[in-house]
Parts: sequence; structure tokens; C-alpha cells
Amino acid sequence: MKVVANKLPLDIETIRLDFPILKREVNGYPLVYLDNAATSQTPQQVIDVIVDYYSNYNANIHRGVHSLSQEATDKYETARKKIQQHFNVAKSHEIIFTSGTTHGINLVANGFAQELKKGDEVIVSALEHHSNIVPWQMLCEKTGAVLKVIPMNQEGELDMDAFHKLISTKTRIVFVNHVSNALGTVNPIEEIIEAAHKVDAAILVDGAQAAPHIKADLQALDVDFYVVSAHKMCGPTGVGMLYGKEKWLNKLPPYQGGGEMIATVSFEKTTYADLPHKFEAGTPNICGGIAFGAALDYMNTIGFENIATYEEQLLAYATEKLLEIEGARIYGTSKHKTAVLSFNIEGLHPYDIGTIVDKLGIAVRTGHHCAQPIMDFYKIPGTVRASFSFYNTFEEVDLFIAAVKKAKMMLQ
Amino acid sequence: MTIKEIQEEIVDEFSMFDDWMQRYEYMIELGKSLPLIDEKYKVDENLIKGCQSKVWVHADLEGDKLAFTADSDAIITKGIVAILVRAYSNQHPTDILEADNKFIDEIGLKEHLSPTRANGLVSMIKQLKMYAIAYQTQLD
Repeated sequence: MKVVANKLPLDIETIRLDFPILKREVNGYPLVYLDNAATSQTPQQVIDVIVDYYSNYNANIHRGVHSLSQEATDKYETARKKIQQHFNVAKSHEIIFTSGTTHGINLVANGFAQELKKGDEVIVSALEHHSNIVPWQMLCEKTGAVLKVIPMNQEGELDMDAFHKLISTKTRIVFVNHVSNALGTVNPIEEIIEAAHKVDAAILVDGAQAAPHIKADLQALDVDFYVVSAHKMCGPTGVGMLYGKEKWLNKLPPYQGGGEMIATVSFEKTTYADLPHKFEAGTPNICGGIAFGAALDYMNTIGFENIATYEEQLLAYATEKLLEIEGARIYGTSKHKTAVLSFNIEGLHPYDIGTIVDKLGIAVRTGHHCAQPIMDFYKIPGTVRASFSFYNTFEEVDLFIAAVKKAKMMLQ
Repeated sequence: MTIKEIQEEIVDEFSMFDDWMQRYEYMIELGKSLPLIDEKYKVDENLIKGCQSKVWVHADLEGDKLAFTADSDAIITKGIVAILVRAYSNQHPTDILEADNKFIDEIGLKEHLSPTRANGLVSMIKQLKMYAIAYQTQLD
């Protein structure tokens, strides 16, 4: 590392010891993991919780009178409270456990089918992940509502003037991500939420990419729905959270039928359970939910302010170094960004760069990042995306840059 | 030469290299030397859309043999396309149908033929065989 960063807020070398996977080699080189926007790595503290669950108190929850079931239920509900506190949510039953962000979005989209009629309008942004486009397209097809798109500019930011022109009393719901997965842009969700509420539209914010970097205060934001995945914030895969305001969760119909979500069942009539169980049909990912709570504990111990400060320094350093490579172009150049570098090298295909750097132990994502409309906007087949986490180091940035240079040399 | 002989020849060429870097450099060279597909065949009907890279492939019947021309937008994919074209081009459809691709494992490029890699190569091989089936029927 040639440039010494400002005083670091975190002792990264100690933090790295928490992550067993960071010790491994890939293709004969030490792993440099820069695909954190796809999934983050898991610290030993969270792995221990998973092992402890299956070793000591694995039982189905909310229905057994036996002690193990009680213990598992207590831990699962404690995790829900941890999530509630983390996102500063008023009531714990406004937190619905899901299998992840996509599940949460589909649950709300499905519920809105009964709210929409022909001619109503639904707004999404041009920066969305496919998982926040397709469910709304399906919803519009089903209901006859019209899908409107907030356009983006060259910097990868939403065109807010266009948004204010799009939104009207016809708008029923707005969907936007907090942070773009493909570019890292942090969207001005406060402004979007306020504008949505002015016309009595509901708003769902996809927080999947924001949650690992930004601790959102959901009461202060006054958002109607917020969805995240645990696996992007040091937790396990297959579990996530849907936050919904109580009034909305009461209004929306259940998404799936099954055990756990009912109060009484007869063939004539079934009454649904109260929140949150109305939306939690079947045996949930119990271990995953508990481990999600542990992951939040872990990240909060490190501290989100520290994480943000450190990642900002990493991003600035990586950006500077990458732009020194001739022909490098970064997509997503907003001032408000998380630690994501989406880029191409002139004349080279992202797939080729990704393949060569992988051979050198560097894990990056290549392709369209499930955001084809963004790639169409820039008229490119895809990008190489390096996404950083608090456990990445400046030395790893150097290794990554050296690998890209090597790839460029081999491919040209 | 039969497909088997060409495949053995390719394995021989690759065995000269000590490490992955030399293998890849050679593959990139092969990709650059691939006779480009005639622009008029670089159309959607001949396009195999991978999630990561695209492959175009076209077949012509010359006598009782099939000749392939192909291209890709990614150079590493193109290198493997070149290897496959070399192995399968100017062969009888029946021989193309009977051939396997174990030689790709032997030259250390197996990962590129993984279906999850989504680079279009697995579909390309399927496409070569589809052409072989189609032209075999025509020859019969």
C-alpha cells in the first residue's frame, strides 16, 4: 500500500480473525473476497450460534409445550426483538421473518393485488434489481395498473425532477432500493418517502444493499415497508426481514397458507393468526432467524459508523487506484455511494477480466448483476463489480488492482 | 484427421504449458485467430445467449461434412469456441454426434463447460450436435 489512509477506525487484522473463510486459498492464492454485495462472509460468532442451535436446542417453535421448543421459541423471538431494535421499529410484530428480500417483495406485491385497479399507477426506479421489477410487472399485468419508471442519469443517480413529475394522486405504491446493487448509488429515499406520502401512496424500500453499510432508522424514515436479507450482513442465507407498518400488515392478505399462520381452521372458515404469524406460514428458518440476530449483534459491536468511515476510505483508495489503469471506466459515480466499484476496461469483456482475476484468487462479480435495464442504459453487456466490506484491507485492494492489470496485459 | 485425433493433438499442445497462465495466454491467442463468422450469420437466430457472454455459431454442409464458423463477445469464451470448432469442424455429422468433450477436462478448462458458468459454451456444444442431427437426416 502506497497511500496511508487516515487513521483507521477499526482494527481490521483482529476483525479478520473472526472470519475462518478469509484464511483459505483459491487457485493457489490467498482469497481476496470482493463479492460482498452478492453475499457477505460469516464470522465465527455467527457460525457458533448455528452450531449451538443444532447441537443443543433444535426444536419446532410456537407449538410445543416441551422445554426445547420453548427454548427455541424464546431465542427466535429474541432475535425478532434484536431486529426490531436494530432498525428502530415500534412494535416487534411489525417484523416478519422471510426467506430473504425477494420473498419480502413478493409478499407485499402479492398483497397489493387487491389494492390496485385498472388505471392506478405503480412507480419503480431504473436502478432496481430484477427482483424489484418483475414482481411489480406481474402485479400490473394482473391488475391493469400501469408501471412507471424513475429514469437515471449518467452518474447512476435517480432523476428526481422526473420522479416529482411522475408521482401523482394516481400513484398507489412506489418501490425503490435504498442502495443500487449494480452501482452502489445511495438513493434519496427520505425525499421519495415524503413525496409518496404526500399523494397517499405506499412505499416499499429494498434495503438489501444498504443494510450491510447503513443502519436505517425505520421510524424516522416513516417508510411503509423495508426489506433486507441476513446473508448480506454477516448472517446465513435463506432468511431475511420484512418490516411493514402495522396498519399495512393488518390490511394485506396472507401470502401463503399453512401451519403457524392460522387461528382456527374448519372447512367452512379459517381465521388467520395475529401479526406477525399471519405472514409466517409453516416452520420457519428457525436457526437462520436466531443467527440473523447474532449477525446484527456482531455488526453492532463493530459499529455502523466505524464501518461506514472505514469503507469510505477503502472505496476512495480503490477508486483512485482503478482509475490509474488506462481505459478504466467506473459506472456509478454518485457522491453518495456504498463501497461498490462497477467498472469495465476499454476493449475488454467483463467476463474475461473476472475469469483471469479469479485465477489469481480474487472473487468479483461479473455480468449484468440482475439489473439489465442499467446495463442497457450504459449500452454495455455487463460490468466487473468489486464490492467491499469492513473486513477487506488496503493490501487486498492492491492485490485486486494488480490482478486487473495482469488481466489487461494478458487479454490485450 | 478424426475428431479423436484432433482432440489428442490439442491435449498435446496444451501439455507443453507449465501453468494456467500459459494455458490461458494460448487460449486467448486461439481466440484471436478464430476465423470470424460471416457478419450475415451473426444474427439472433445463431446467437446463444449466456448470462455472461454470447456465442454465435453457424454451420454449412460441405459434401458430407459439416463446417462450423463461430464467434463470441468474450475472448476467453472465444478461445474455447476456437478449440471446439477445430475439433468438430469438417467432420461427418455421425462422428460429431458420437464425440465427447473429455479432452476439455484434460487441458484444464473443465470449469468453462460448467452449466452454471452461463457463458454459452454448454449450449454451443448442444447446438453443434443439433446441427449434426439436422444434417445427418438431410444426408440420409
